Amino acid sequence: MVQRLKEVDVVIIGVGMVGSIVGKELAAAGYKVVGLERGEARFTVPEFQSPAVHDELRFDIRKALMQDNTREPVTFRNNSSETALPVRRWESFLPGTGLGGSMVHWNGQTYRFQANDFELATRTKERYGKNFLDKDVTIQDWGVTYADLEPHYDRFEYLLGTSGKAGNIKGEIQPGGDPHESPRSREYPTPPQKEHFQGALFRKAATSLGYHPFPQPSSNLSQPYTNPEGVKLNACVFCGFCERYACEHYAKSVPQTVILPVLLANPNFELRTGCQVQRINLDSTRKKATGVTYIDTAGREFEQPASLVITASFALNNVRMLLLSGIGKPYNPQSGTGVVGRNYAYQTMSSVASFFDEDVFINPFMASGASGTLINDFAGDNFDHSGLGFIGGAFIGAVNTNGRPIQYHPVPPGTPAWGKRWKEAVVKHYNHTVMFSLHGSSVSTRQNYLDLDPTYRDAWGQPLLRMTFDFPQNDLKMAAYVTAKGVEIGKAMGAKQVAGAPRTAPYTTTVYQTTHNTGGTVMGNDPRTSVVNRYLQSWDVPNVFVIGASAYPQNASWNPTDTLGALTYWAIDALKNRYLKNPGRLVSA
Amino acid sequence: MQRFSRRKFVATIGAATVAPASALYPAQAAAPQQMAPPVSPAESAKPVYLFFNLAEAAFIDSACERLIPADESGPGALGAGVPNYLDKQLGGAWGSGERLYRSGPWKAGSPSQGYQLPFTPAELFHVALRAINRHFETQGAAFGTLSAEGQDTYLKTLEAGGADLDGVPSAVFFDMLLRMTVEGFFSDPVYGGNRDMVAWRMIGFPGAYADYYEAIDRHGEKFVREPMSIGEDARRHLHVDPNIPASL
Repeated sequence: MVQRLKEVDVVIIGVGMVGSIVGKELAAAGYKVVGLERGEARFTVPEFQSPAVHDELRFDIRKALMQDNTREPVTFRNNSSETALPVRRWESFLPGTGLGGSMVHWNGQTYRFQANDFELATRTKERYGKNFLDKDVTIQDWGVTYADLEPHYDRFEYLLGTSGKAGNIKGEIQPGGDPHESPRSREYPTPPQKEHFQGALFRKAATSLGYHPFPQPSSNLSQPYTNPEGVKLNACVFCGFCERYACEHYAKSVPQTVILPVLLANPNFELRTGCQVQRINLDSTRKKATGVTYIDTAGREFEQPASLVITASFALNNVRMLLLSGIGKPYNPQSGTGVVGRNYAYQTMSSVASFFDEDVFINPFMASGASGTLINDFAGDNFDHSGLGFIGGAFIGAVNTNGRPIQYHPVPPGTPAWGKRWKEAVVKHYNHTVMFSLHGSSVSTRQNYLDLDPTYRDAWGQPLLRMTFDFPQNDLKMAAYVTAKGVEIGKAMGAKQVAGAPRTAPYTTTVYQTTHNTGGTVMGNDPRTSVVNRYLQSWDVPNVFVIGASAYPQNASWNPTDTLGALTYWAIDALKNRYLKNPGRLVSA
Repeated sequence: MQRFSRRKFVATIGAATVAPASALYPAQAAAPQQMAPPVSPAESAKPVYLFFNLAEAAFIDSACERLIPADESGPGALGAGVPNYLDKQLGGAWGSGERLYRSGPWKAGSPSQGYQLPFTPAELFHVALRAINRHFETQGAAFGTLSAEGQDTYLKTLEAGGADLDGVPSAVFFDMLLRMTVEGFFSDPVYGGNRDMVAWRMIGFPGAYADYYEAIDRHGEKFVREPMSIGEDARRHLHVDPNIPASL
């Protein structure tokens, strides 16, 4: 029997970074807010404490913090002619679960996208002509500009206390920062983290080649910080257990360390954990949401009525929630019509390994999730793509995050996978190798998309999300081009041997790449090519807002979290100042 | 609860590879007596295998040691206790399908789609090991009696996928065996491998120790420190988690 609960003003699906910030702002504005989190409540104390958190097997290999894939995986195929099969073990990407969401296990790499990225279709056409791109590429403008988002980027970075060096303040280029960045209104809240040895070697080599190295913006803080919410953070000690781990030091900016103490103290907000939302309920017109239905950990079903529903879960789960609820027209790749699930994109990750002599001690285990040094000279549209046949690019950086040895034991190409020669190579190179990350953009295409699987179901009997994806030619060309640049930097460092590994097709779910899954509920100004308007409000059901990286029409050369934080504050601004005062469409269709 | 001392671990180099087929486990039982200084009974005790039967254990002991052999840099997988790690993992939640989506229908997929067999890791190991040991029974000589080269040749056959092990593609079995061997070698000793943190010492990884604030900008200096396990007590004794294999 379904138990119908008392109506509230706002129900939020997912209490991760987005849900925590939205919840805090709306509860503080006086609205009754319920946050539904499918996972458990967890906090720095007692859950995240060392030494138990420094367990590579449990957290890296067994994926302790990740979405329970025994109950709720996704299915996958490289193209529409294949039958999608369940991703039976997480590897390629790792959605989190539990209070604080995926951000609990992030690395803290905190980049803004550039002005160009938000108007990518328009600016690409202007600079390279309208026939420059492959025919299957479906990139589009976001419907917001960098100038729209700048104050919200600033607010989010000051919430996190991000450690970095500005490269452009109000148009003035700043020495030591990234000269390619779009103008920011002020300096980072805290100075950059200390530079590790890999970063220092990279900086010298990149400078010698005429590039513009700068410290990676890090939300593992360089010094103690009190954020505008009054929450205090500590300095990071470079423990080398960051991504896939929770931080025991209060040094990584995650909901638990930047906003949850404030949110949970507000009596207008109620957190309910262990709540698996099944769908957003619609009224008979199917143009108005009446609330959500969820099932708790004991299997009891509840209906939570609400005036406003905010979907704030991981990108893939936002898409699935709309599909399960029948909100918006599902995308059809054959006809090219429909929008939900359209423009799924990823990140095109390549790497370069530079092997040094045994008297060069790199100490890879000394790192934060976001320490290191990089260049943006080959990211985004910071270089001329004329004649190259692709758009986009990658940052190239010595941004190594750890030396955890089950996963990290680099050996030169050609080394056997086991046996005496493998072991010798592991011993020889473990402490004498510098790894570069080449963090590449991802264009959306007609054939890459998300929909509901016709066969496989979750533990509650609902269809799984089906992912159809392979790397577009555009991005493979980009990866090859940028990796060659990375190899040149490796050689300029004086390494004995340099091995580039550009990303190649087919995309595989069996190797970790990144958890930067984007798109599927794309934002924009045209309801024929977007699911939500520029304020992240559903075109079809105006009292549903969908906030997540699912809104990105394509993915840029940088980690997506900072931009998601900016979009969250941008949407909150519209909610508080316009929608909630006069509920209705914020943009006429 | 088993305790490991800080003494320099003495490898049972190559011992398993010369064991006669009929004698199960003489190698490890004998080796410490022959090679090591006197140790307490607790330290010399052979791990109790809960998952592997005797024939399975004989193959696993030998095969793991070929995947990561002992050499001048330190013990191999056998000396580090990796078969014990495998035994505890396969006998516990991981073996019975922890973190593995197990709903059908079951179809062979493309390599990009990853593991698509209905076997749990425990089932997969039992099925594959039964087929492997049957093969050696018909040959009249156990895997462990082959020369090192002979063992490597057989393992390469498995790796290349050239054998069907009663429905388990041999490459899938080999891949799982290799992954778990590397896990057991490099994971925290509380899980039953990486005995006395030998693998961490070998490469210079400090383990669960985690404060490098003062060290990080001393570029290029070798960092020398005893590694640390999450299972150490105040006297720096290591404790294998008594709840394993049910702890995860």
